[in-house]
Amino acid sequence: MVFVNDIRELLKGIGSLADCADRVSEEDDLFEKGLDSFGSVQLMLALEEKYNIEFPDHLLNRRSFSTIRIIRETVSALTVSAAA
Amino acid sequence: MDGFAATSLSPGVLPDDEAGEPRSFLDRLFDGGLLIRTGVDGLYGRSGAFESVVEAVDRLATGLGAEDGAEALRFPPAMARTAFERSGYLKGFPNLAGTVHCFCGNEADHANLLACLEAGDDWTGKQAASEVVLTPAACYPLYPVAAARGRLPADGLLFDLQSYCFRHEPSLEPTRMQLFRMREYVRMGSPEQVLAFREMWLERGTAMMAGLGLPLAVDPANDPFFGRAGRMLANNQRNQGLKFELNVPVNSVEKPTACLSFNYHQDHFGLTWGLEQADGSVAHTACVGFGLERITLALLRHHGLDLAKWPAAVREKLWG
Repeated sequence: MVFVNDIRELLKGIGSLADCADRVSEEDDLFEKGLDSFGSVQLMLALEEKYNIEFPDHLLNRRSFSTIRIIRETVSALTVSAAA
Repeated sequence: MDGFAATSLSPGVLPDDEAGEPRSFLDRLFDGGLLIRTGVDGLYGRSGAFESVVEAVDRLATGLGAEDGAEALRFPPAMARTAFERSGYLKGFPNLAGTVHCFCGNEADHANLLACLEAGDDWTGKQAASEVVLTPAACYPLYPVAAARGRLPADGLLFDLQSYCFRHEPSLEPTRMQLFRMREYVRMGSPEQVLAFREMWLERGTAMMAGLGLPLAVDPANDPFFGRAGRMLANNQRNQGLKFELNVPVNSVEKPTACLSFNYHQDHFGLTWGLEQADGSVAHTACVGFGLERITLALLRHHGLDLAKWPAAVREKLWG
């Protein structure tokens, strides 16, 4: 299972989001909240490590990391396919 | 994208190699004495003829920007390691960076170094990173210098740069040199100012290259970011329309060579270096880069290795 609070914990490790990770809604655009390109790479690597997944090439884009909801849905799908 | 549509002005074509010609373009450049071998792929000497083209292309770029009032600055092909580290280059391109290491041992270490050298063993044990790093792009030494001047004036700033640049990517493609010259104009200001600058140079650069009789296409592009994480940076850069390249077929039609690039950095360097607009908001930056050796090689590939036989219109543009 992929929990929103677990994603928030990872967001706290991204410098530009550390201060607001607890306050952003699931629909807030994380890039508008300060996430930058390198931050999104850090986030991708943190998600891959925590959930033992690998983002395929077609998901390596800004949209995949743009909101907590999209991150949760994307990671959930990847963990299901990894377990299958 | 800022209203600019990628264009393909003419199909990529390459002149046929001479019948039965087994030698590569690089070999023929060596044979003709235009490039000189050093024993390292991508590290070459240049002949006077080759340099005459480089200088002519450089003059063309100067002429195109002459009315804009750019401040010309020239830096040596190395920069302070502290500035390099802060620039963020290592986040995206650790594999391309060239650091300068120097001997930092004592007399005994020196004797050991010579013994290792004599024996053919690794002699670099006492080499340590110096305070100097090779310049990876002509504009990298500029940003800290501009930031140190304080806030930008209301109409922003414009700089004219040229430098040898280093990228560690040994290759047998003559267009992928490890040490090469990059001419740049760099604009700093508001998003509107820097995007207008990029738009203007997309038009100017395309007209310049078409006027030199080269087949070309302008395409969305991305920098060669390192690794899987880099693939995401590359995808983002493309999807946001941040980089365009003017490509000319040189080594092959399938993989044309980027001879000019037009880059919108957004606020990346502004945030990195504390560059501020007149109103205190973060400055945006953009640059146009001319690969002087690459343009020279494109001309040699399409018009031949004998400069005297180039089309008169091309010679006129280059040498008046």
